[in-house]
Amino acid sequence: MELLRFFTAGNVDDGKSTLIGRLLYDSNSISTDIIETLTKQSKTTGGDTKIDLALLTDGLRAEREQGITIDVAYKYFSTNKRKFIIADTPGHIQYTRNMFTGASNANLAIILVDARNGITDQTKRHSIISAILGIPHVLVCINKMDLVDYSEATYKQIEADYLTFAKQLNLKEVSFIPASALAGDNVVAKSEKMLWYKGKPLLEFLETTEIAELKKTEASRFQVQYIIRPQTDELHDYRGFAGRVVSGVYKKGERVVVLPSGIETTIDKIEVHQKEVEIAETNTPVVLHLKDDVDVSRGNSIVPIAHLPKTNKELTATICWMDSAAFIPGQKILLQQNSFRTKAVVKEVISKIDIHSFAALESDGSMKLNDICKVLIKTAEPISYDSYVDNRGSGAFILINENTNNTIAAGTID
Amino acid sequence: MSKQDTDYLDELEAEAIYIMREVAGQFERPALLFSGGKDSICLIHLALKAFRPGKFPFPLVHIDTGHNFPEALKYRDDMVQLINEKLIVRKVEDTIKVKKLQDAKGKFPSRNALQTYTLLDVIEEFEFDSCIGGARRDEEKARAKERIFSVRDEFGQWDPKMQRPELWNIYNGKINKGENVRVFPISNWTELDVWNYIKRENIQLPSIYFTHERECVVTESGQLMSNSEYLQLDATDKLVTKKVRYRTVGDMTCTAAIESEAYKIDDIINEIKEAKISERGATRMDDKISEAAMEDRKKGGYF
Repeated sequence: MELLRFFTAGNVDDGKSTLIGRLLYDSNSISTDIIETLTKQSKTTGGDTKIDLALLTDGLRAEREQGITIDVAYKYFSTNKRKFIIADTPGHIQYTRNMFTGASNANLAIILVDARNGITDQTKRHSIISAILGIPHVLVCINKMDLVDYSEATYKQIEADYLTFAKQLNLKEVSFIPASALAGDNVVAKSEKMLWYKGKPLLEFLETTEIAELKKTEASRFQVQYIIRPQTDELHDYRGFAGRVVSGVYKKGERVVVLPSGIETTIDKIEVHQKEVEIAETNTPVVLHLKDDVDVSRGNSIVPIAHLPKTNKELTATICWMDSAAFIPGQKILLQQNSFRTKAVVKEVISKIDIHSFAALESDGSMKLNDICKVLIKTAEPISYDSYVDNRGSGAFILINENTNNTIAAGTID
Repeated sequence: MSKQDTDYLDELEAEAIYIMREVAGQFERPALLFSGGKDSICLIHLALKAFRPGKFPFPLVHIDTGHNFPEALKYRDDMVQLINEKLIVRKVEDTIKVKKLQDAKGKFPSRNALQTYTLLDVIEEFEFDSCIGGARRDEEKARAKERIFSVRDEFGQWDPKMQRPELWNIYNGKINKGENVRVFPISNWTELDVWNYIKRENIQLPSIYFTHERECVVTESGQLMSNSEYLQLDATDKLVTKKVRYRTVGDMTCTAAIESEAYKIDDIINEIKEAKISERGATRMDDKISEAAMEDRKKGGYF
């Protein structure tokens, strides 16, 4: 059974939480005790349906009180065909950073559009974030169709508007579904009221759409997380490099380079759960052993000689500023890419991306919460990386404020 | 269950092992919270996969409420002996004495809230900078909002509005002295995933997860509470002996049994698939107090 991770994004009142509630409710994923609690709550908050499905995902007291989603909520459900992990991300502009969080691990984006309003600034922002994060598949769910009399013309217009806007984003795949989460049209069952729509309802779409994974042809990447050294009598010389195959495959006997030192050696042995294997594929937790006794520490990369990543102390990237405190030029920061961490500094804010047009605007050098900018970063230690477009696993990083320890930005390398 | 049916377990397992190794790589003094329940038993299994043939880079820590199931305690001790790792036990009983706390009262006296004191004390005593726990996001909706690396201040408090963004597989465990991080490697697992994993990996569990005869008190809401010396029963309370098992293992005083004849993992998996009531809803009295019971406990330092 496959696992599909997707996220949902939309404006505050697009009915996102209701849509997820509907998916869970209509696919029988909600237990009776939780429905009872919801029924109780729905009455106290005076919702206009018998059960306010949005309350299923709004887990914090402040969210229930204010009727908004503040933070990413993860929800889990499965059908006979697939297992799903949903990241329900807030629509509120001040919480856009949480959308980055929810979206970063997703294979699919569901962007909700209110049929009455069409494409809004938020729709554009969410689509641009999906594009920056390289989400393989974007599904535009045109919701609240019941409030526009299930009009095909309205749907077609929104579809056309979106495609015009999205042309420049290079989204890999875009699909559209007209729906009403509140009424249940085209969520689990096909709508009787929109016979003009020939596509699949949402659940069937989610069950059958191809899950785009890291390409198998991608260059092999591995980073050391932890060094296993038992130092016992019988395992005196055991020194294993524990980590995850970030991408590609690793083979016993392969010639490799340790980066950033550049020392060449050979993979002597690959262990998976203490069993020796010949080949380890993407995402497998492994322990690598090297033929030569070379200096390797946490955060170092071990990569095949044939396909080297770039290794240097400078990179350009697109970053989303996530801290409520604005960027201070010259500010010392930490850059973390998987298990590699180094001191760094943003040397230049090259341009600011306009969230309405995706155009690169001239920058005045400032960055504040939710700004998406192209920047030049210098690092204290050399970093080994690929372009994010080529490799989601080795082309992403976060920036950390050395003083507060907060994660202040997320970046994708050019 | 064919190989293909459990493919997704490889992905969940890989994620959990990756997270554990990040803890080992990023922190000076981690700990693994071990209760003898199925979720923390899975954590031990995952730690074996992550760190053997080396030793665990952390001790196991058990907060002993004094109201534990004897079967869970025996399992804990057997497990520690089997894997030959260090176990630290701290008792809520002792915290109550030293701190002169009010012990839990009532017919079913739950020390659930009191164990937060002991947990925070043990963190301070050993200067733990991170604690790995077996909480899952599907358990409860406040948990569904929590990060995998959940930063707590020096009072152990969780601030849901100030959580760090958590992206890709990049975990930021940087903290100041006195703060600590609660780490939840199986955040993305559901109850069913845990059972499917236990089956696939042939993991042994305490006997109380399987059907057995037990003398129980029936509560007003119909829950079955095991009779024990910790309960304060009235003369009118009736004891019944039923075939039961536990879906979750907490304290004897706040974890209810469910009627079940399931004695094999397969039976349990089928039972959960059919279950109409959620894991915590079926078995935990502590969540019934208010809508935000878990959120409030977490804000106060609960794991």
